[in-house]
Amino acid sequence: MRARSTQEKIAVVSRYIVLSLLAVIFLLPFYLIVRNALMSDSQITSSHWVWFPVHPHWHNFVSLFHDPDAFMYEGLKNSALIAFGTLILQMLFSSMAGYALARIPMRGSNIIFFLILGTLMIPSAVTFVPTFALMATIGGVNTVWGILTPGVFSAFSIFLFRQFYLRFPDEIEEAGKLDGLGYFGIYWRLLLPNSVSIMMALGILAFVGSWNNFLWPLVIGQDPSAWTVQIVLSTFLTAQTVHLHELFAATAVAVAPLIVIFLFMQRYIMEGAKFSSGKE
Amino acid sequence: MSVTHQNPETRVKERNKSHLRTTLSFWAFMAPALIGLILFMGVPIIWGFLLSLSHAQNTIHFGHFIGIRNYTDLLTDPEFLNSLYTIVIFTLFIVPITFVFSLWLALMVNKVGRGKAFFRTVFFIPTAVSYAAASLIWRMSLFNGTAFGFVNHLTALFGMSPIAWIGTASPPWYWLVLVTVRIWLQVGFYMIIFLAALQEIPHSLYEAAAMDGATGGWQVLRYITLPQLRATSVSILLLCLIAAFQAFDEFYNILGGSGASSGNIGLARPPLVYIYSIALSSQDFGMGAAGGFILTALIVMFTVVQGKLFGFGESREGK
Repeated sequence: MRARSTQEKIAVVSRYIVLSLLAVIFLLPFYLIVRNALMSDSQITSSHWVWFPVHPHWHNFVSLFHDPDAFMYEGLKNSALIAFGTLILQMLFSSMAGYALARIPMRGSNIIFFLILGTLMIPSAVTFVPTFALMATIGGVNTVWGILTPGVFSAFSIFLFRQFYLRFPDEIEEAGKLDGLGYFGIYWRLLLPNSVSIMMALGILAFVGSWNNFLWPLVIGQDPSAWTVQIVLSTFLTAQTVHLHELFAATAVAVAPLIVIFLFMQRYIMEGAKFSSGKE
Repeated sequence: MSVTHQNPETRVKERNKSHLRTTLSFWAFMAPALIGLILFMGVPIIWGFLLSLSHAQNTIHFGHFIGIRNYTDLLTDPEFLNSLYTIVIFTLFIVPITFVFSLWLALMVNKVGRGKAFFRTVFFIPTAVSYAAASLIWRMSLFNGTAFGFVNHLTALFGMSPIAWIGTASPPWYWLVLVTVRIWLQVGFYMIIFLAALQEIPHSLYEAAAMDGATGGWQVLRYITLPQLRATSVSILLLCLIAAFQAFDEFYNILGGSGASSGNIGLARPPLVYIYSIALSSQDFGMGAAGGFILTALIVMFTVVQGKLFGFGESREGK
């Protein structure tokens, strides 16, 4: 290998310096969450900056879950229900539809496919008011299922499942038919077991989107019993008196599960991110 | 089924039976998704359109039709026009900054040898955080207007007095708060997409460029990398633009009121926040629905203009 010129070395070193500085800036908000979540109110508001509390106030988390006005426990429970529900139902329904569009010969299925694609272009700005009206009519206001259901149906997931199943080898399907499998058997026994990677990628994306969603839960869940964890966070800001230590502890609790998911399932999430730009 | 000694009639019956089975299977597999999309996309579009033509104050039912008055009222409402203006300015800042920053990050991280995975993770991890949570940190800690805000603490080291980041109209520091939070949240996501696209550029192109005497990073970037990233760039610009126009969470949470005060949302109220308050607070569902259609029209307009400028992304890229 040829020796690197001084110029190249400088370029490499300066690249590391710039990226490291940026990394510090990008991690700063996480540091602030942890720092403030472990401090008392007076420590947080002190004009003398302390980088880290000598005696961390772990008790903040206890008082957060015991604060009857915070609804932290309900928020977490609702968010978990909604995120897992969205994940499971969206993967099931989208893969079923994707399979039908890709593998079951049917006159007019292309028209249905393009109609489904068309809904991709409808922004939530135009649907959230009438969807609220719809929910008010069918009794979905202030319910967990009312928050959950609209997020289940994703043209985007259906589209990607269809593309995925189009590439599924014909030979395997033929072999299945010879073994006496019908359409349901082929889907259940052959396609689903081979869809784990795409389901992980799209499923995590659906989970994260659902957990972090804000506008729709705000519109539909006005009663504390239907608040998601994001709404709970937001109400800390609108409360009469702001309990800073609980506010930051709540932020830590709301963010932590997703950080864990991201760190452990990074490969799938990056796969999902690529999907969403239209790449396969 | 037995295939021997069938007369033509039963064979036709068998074929019809299998045809029927195929049809039933198709609709059975499609049904949940199709019903859901009709219920939560089709119905709201029609309902919303009829609502937007109705006087629907305190009611979710359409029927008291007033023509396009909701639209004309909104388009002559200075507050609504102001909100459209606000979101256009916001988008014009957010889209180019996000685009250039995420592309630049991807190019930098792509060149790193050791530590690449670390940097990729660090820049990507903010994607896990919700707008609500990030807004909270930005408002209550990072850009807190008092002396215990982090940025104010840093500026105090240089002898500056605390800045009320979201409290004043001039200077409009709140834009810095609103723009930085969105950039922090989304830049890593787009960086990942760019990184994936960068890896797909054939290495032979760079070798050919080197042989043709392309010198310096700029020429390679301009004549090889950027053209190869074209389709990816177009879809990122599109995603970023549509998301920016529908900004709600950070405006609502950073500028929104607390307790009895109405907050600073008057400084920069995007259309979605305004539509939300028309529909959910003032209970004027007709006007709220009309606002949604106007905002959508604006998004379509900007998408078309952007498409004319940068192309709509080539379909040939789809494999």
